[in-house]
This record gives sequence, C-alpha cells and structure tokens, in this order.
Amino acid sequence: MSGPSDLAVETHGLTKVFSGRPAVDGIELSVPVGSTYGFLGPNGSGKTTTIRMLLGLLSPTAGSWRLLGREMPGAAMSTLPEVGALVEGPAFYPWMTGRENLERFDSMGPGRPSRSRRARIDDALARVGLTAAAGKKYKAYSLGMRQRLGLASALLVPRRLLVLDEPTNGMDPQGTREIRNLVRELATGGTTVFLSSHLLSEVEQVCSHVGVMHRGKLLAQQSLSDLLASAAPRLRAEVDQPEEAAQVLSGLGLDDVLVAGRQVSGGLAGVPPELCCRALVEAGIGVRMLVPEQVSLEDAFVALTGEGFDVAG
Amino acid sequence: MWLVEARTVFSRARVRALLVVLVAVPVFLAFAVYLAGGPHNGQGPTFLDRASHNGVFTALAGLVVTMPFFIPLSIAVMAGDAVAGEASMGTLRYLLIRPAGRARLLAAKGAVLALFCMVAALVVVMAGLLAGVVLFPHGPVVTLSGTTIPFLDGVGRSLLASLVVGASMFGLGAMGLFVSTLTDVPIAAMAVTIGLVIVSGILDGVSQVAFLHPWLFTNYWTSFTDLVRDPMHWGLVWKDLLLQLGYVAVFGAAAWARMVTRDVQA
Ligand SMILES: Nc1ncnc2c1ncn2[C@@H]1O[C@H](COP(=O)(O)OP(=O)(O)O)[C@@H](O)[C@H]1O
Ligand SMILES: [Mg+2]
Repeated sequence: MSGPSDLAVETHGLTKVFSGRPAVDGIELSVPVGSTYGFLGPNGSGKTTTIRMLLGLLSPTAGSWRLLGREMPGAAMSTLPEVGALVEGPAFYPWMTGRENLERFDSMGPGRPSRSRRARIDDALARVGLTAAAGKKYKAYSLGMRQRLGLASALLVPRRLLVLDEPTNGMDPQGTREIRNLVRELATGGTTVFLSSHLLSEVEQVCSHVGVMHRGKLLAQQSLSDLLASAAPRLRAEVDQPEEAAQVLSGLGLDDVLVAGRQVSGGLAGVPPELCCRALVEAGIGVRMLVPEQVSLEDAFVALTGEGFDVAG
Repeated sequence: MWLVEARTVFSRARVRALLVVLVAVPVFLAFAVYLAGGPHNGQGPTFLDRASHNGVFTALAGLVVTMPFFIPLSIAVMAGDAVAGEASMGTLRYLLIRPAGRARLLAAKGAVLALFCMVAALVVVMAGLLAGVVLFPHGPVVTLSGTTIPFLDGVGRSLLASLVVGASMFGLGAMGLFVSTLTDVPIAAMAVTIGLVIVSGILDGVSQVAFLHPWLFTNYWTSFTDLVRDPMHWGLVWKDLLLQLGYVAVFGAAAWARMVTRDVQA
C-alpha cells in the first residue's frame, strides 16, 4: 500500500459516459512518482477521454482523482502549473509565429515571470529542435513541427508531471526517435511521464510501467517487466516431422500446441525449453531450430484482451 | 492577461479587416456626398443631408450609417468567435490547462470585447472626422436645435457620441459572448448573434409589441443623436446605458455559469 504522495496520478472509479455509453469505465490508475507510465490502448479505447478528465477539461460522470497528491479538480489552479500536457495533438494560433504562440501561452496564467520568458522560450525551442523555425507562422508548420511546438509549450517551465497524449503522432522516424530520447531525458531528471500511445513498440521502448486500456476499461497495470513475465512464454520449433513433434510437446504438458507447415509452437506452461529439446531428439525427430519466444508487449496485450491490437473499442 | 489577450486579438488579420471596413464606410460616404452633392435637406438618413455642411456631421453621418449594420456585424463576429473560436482551434484546452482559469479567461474575453466595441465606434468617428475635415468646411457647427457651437465643441461631441455608441454595443457583446460559450463552431455563434440583432430590430418596428420596446437592446441605439442638441439631452442615453448594463449582467452571468461548467471536448 503506497501513500498518496508516492503517486503522481491516482484515480478511483473514474468514469465518463457519453450519451449512455461509457468511454471510460471505472478505472483505477496508480502512476508512481518518477515512473514513465505507458497508457496503452488502441484508438477509441478511452485514453484521451481519461487525460481530459485528469486535466479538468471534462468532468467525470463518476469517480475521483488526485494529481501530485492533491485532490482534483479543487486544486487545479495550484497543481496544473506543475503539469505539462499535450492533449489530442497540438493547437496554436495559425496567424502567429511559433515564438509568439509560446509567449501567449506563457503569459496567460499565473506563476511565469516575464523576466525569464525569453530565455525559457529559447530553451524550450532548442530542446525540441525548433529554434530555426521559431519565427515562422504556425500555419506554415508541418504536423511534426506542430507537435514539437506543443512539446515546447509543455516544457516552458520545469514540471513534476508530464502528460503526453500520443506525442509522436504525425512525426517522421527521426522525430519519433528524438521524442523518445527527450522523454528518457526528462524521466532521468525526475519528471513523472504519463504517455498515452496506441503504439506497442513506443511504450515497450521507453516505459517503466504500463496500463492497458481496452474499451474504456483498465485491464492491467504493472511494471513493464512484471507484465511481460506474467504473459505465458511460448516455444517455437522447426522440425522434420511436425505432427509427431506436436504430440511429444503436448505430452510434455505444453498447451495450445499449433502446427503450421514445418513449424510447431506451444505455450511453455512452465516446462523448461531444454527438456522439450531433449524429448524431441529422443523421439527421433530432426530439430532444425528451437527457440523460447521473447514475449512481446503485443503478446501480453493479446493475452489480456483475447483480441489483436488493431481492434478499435 | 487582458493585455496579452488584446494583443492576440488585434494582431489577427480578420480583426484588422473588420476595422478597415469600419474606416472605409464613412470615408466612402464622405466621397460619395462630395461627388454627388448629397441628398437635399431632410432626405436620407439623419445627418446625411448635413454631411457636407461640416466635418463633424460627416463623422456623425458615418455613425448613423454604420450603427444598424456594420458595427453590430463586427461585434457579432468578434463576440461569436471569442470562446467558440478558441474551442474550434483547440487552443481553449491549452489555455485551460495552462491554467488560465475559466472565469478569468472569460473576463479577459469580455474586457477585450468591450474594448473592441469602443474601438469600432471610435474608428468610424475618427475616419469620418478626417474625411469630413478634408472635404468639407470645418467651422462652427449648427446643432439640431438650431444653435451654433464652436467646431472643437462639435468634435468633442462626436467623440462623446462614439463612446455612447461603443457602450450601446455592450449588451449585444454580452449576448454574443454567452452564445459563444455554447458551441465549438464560431460561425454558428456569429450567425445566432447577428440573428439576435435582426430579431430585435424587427420587434422594435412592430407596434403590437410596443410593451417590449423599452427592453430591446436595439431600442435606444440612436439615442446618441441627442448629444448634438443644445443643450445635450441625456435622458435616452442614460436609459440606453442602463439597459446595456442589465444585458451585460444577465448574459455575463449566463456566460460565466456555462463557462465554468462546460465540458471541453474540442
Ligand atoms: N464528445 C464525445 N461524444 C461522444 N463520444 C465520444 C466523445 N469523445 C469520445 N467519445 C468516444 O469515447 C471513446 C473513447 O475515445 P477516446 O478517449 O478519444 O479514445 P482514444 O484516445 O483512446 O483513442 C470512443 O469510442 C469515442 O467515440
Ligand atoms: Mg486519443
């Protein structure tokens, strides 16, 4: 049981119903301070709706939540200055330059000294690689540049919590890599990062913790390593007599044994792979290849939902 | 925050275009009267027949001509866009998580809208004065009561009239601001606000609903002409300003109630 101060985000029964249909259904988020939390789910699973509620843009149909240990939405004016966010893509004034946009947002609220504004904006623009384009009108920005400006806006002051909703949407591979590095750098600096994504690989590469969303429900929430460990690993082998091999493996206690061409695979269910190898060889089966499969987040996701990842909620 | 808001709004090309139109109308009017000789005494809208007599009347004629349509149209565009425009661009969500504060943001929007009302009426009068002084005589001014006042006195009164006209738009501005909090589609908010002007104007002309007239926000819009009498008649002007204050209180409160509770989806 962790105390409230150990959690950067904490929700209880958080629910949002849109015209009779729950978009977010009683979720219990626990995001540890200092973690990089991947909020994973296919499109339409309720990630953005959850983030909007966390930031006080939508009022929940039911439930309560805390940010940085403070009860929301009551503490919004004192808490949100410490929270940087990117919600459902960037949004700025098209007739103003990137720099003018940052100036406007920086000055439209409490707690940002105008003396340091210029330096802070320069610094934020440099961090996201937009220095050269700062004087261009926002309407001339590409999607990737817009996303970067949104990140710059979230980084104008040091934050304790960053909420990033699909931050790499619309970015090229180079930009994606840069964002990933930026997130790592921020996390190393002690910022808690809550990162929503529909991309398994993105979460797998940067996150320490994962919450899996599916049709408005939070199906699992663990450290990434625990989640991967909990998903049953599989054995895959390429053999000369697949049918016989399948019988041997089933006899050893592997479950869900499948044959596809010369390939045989099955859930290891605790059976050591070495034992499988020896049993196959002793049964006179020629083994060309045998690997215990690296469990991916996708496997874990399929195991949790019983569905492929592309299914929209 | 109000200053930043004002800078953002007035830096926008669309807003400047609205102001250019408001400058162009009295200037165009002045040239038309100059070239065509203008309508004879007693014909056309109030003051238009006198526009060529004195630069002060050119300015006042400019107000009379822009008051029923151009000024309210520009106010409706600005008011309708105030909150709905931010919602449709998505900037509303970023202002709220900044956090600008919902009530404070609305107050800033209202303040800049009020400023725009004043600026709109002021640019009409200034442009009219300039064009009138260049094209027509600028000596002592004959008031509507037949007396004569010094030219500078006349200039002062036309500036005063622009302040009254600007303040006469506050009620409309408050309604537009309220409508703007109801939707994420700025064009819809603008259209509804313009619709309110038209409906009020029509009702104002229907004698069967005369009991309503004192409550219509357009009812005293022409009261500023009383400032060109000698002495100035303030009765209708005060009634107008009081009525506008009432509209601001009612619709300002409604806008606030909506703003602090609304779900921000856009
Ligand atoms: N304003 C709204 N009105 C009705 N339904 C909505 C609204 N916003 C989102 N939804 C629905 O809620 C579900 C979750 O949406 P969202 O939170 O945007 O998902 P994600 O961000 O995970 O892609 C979707 O089925 C979507 O259609
Ligand atoms: Mg989303």
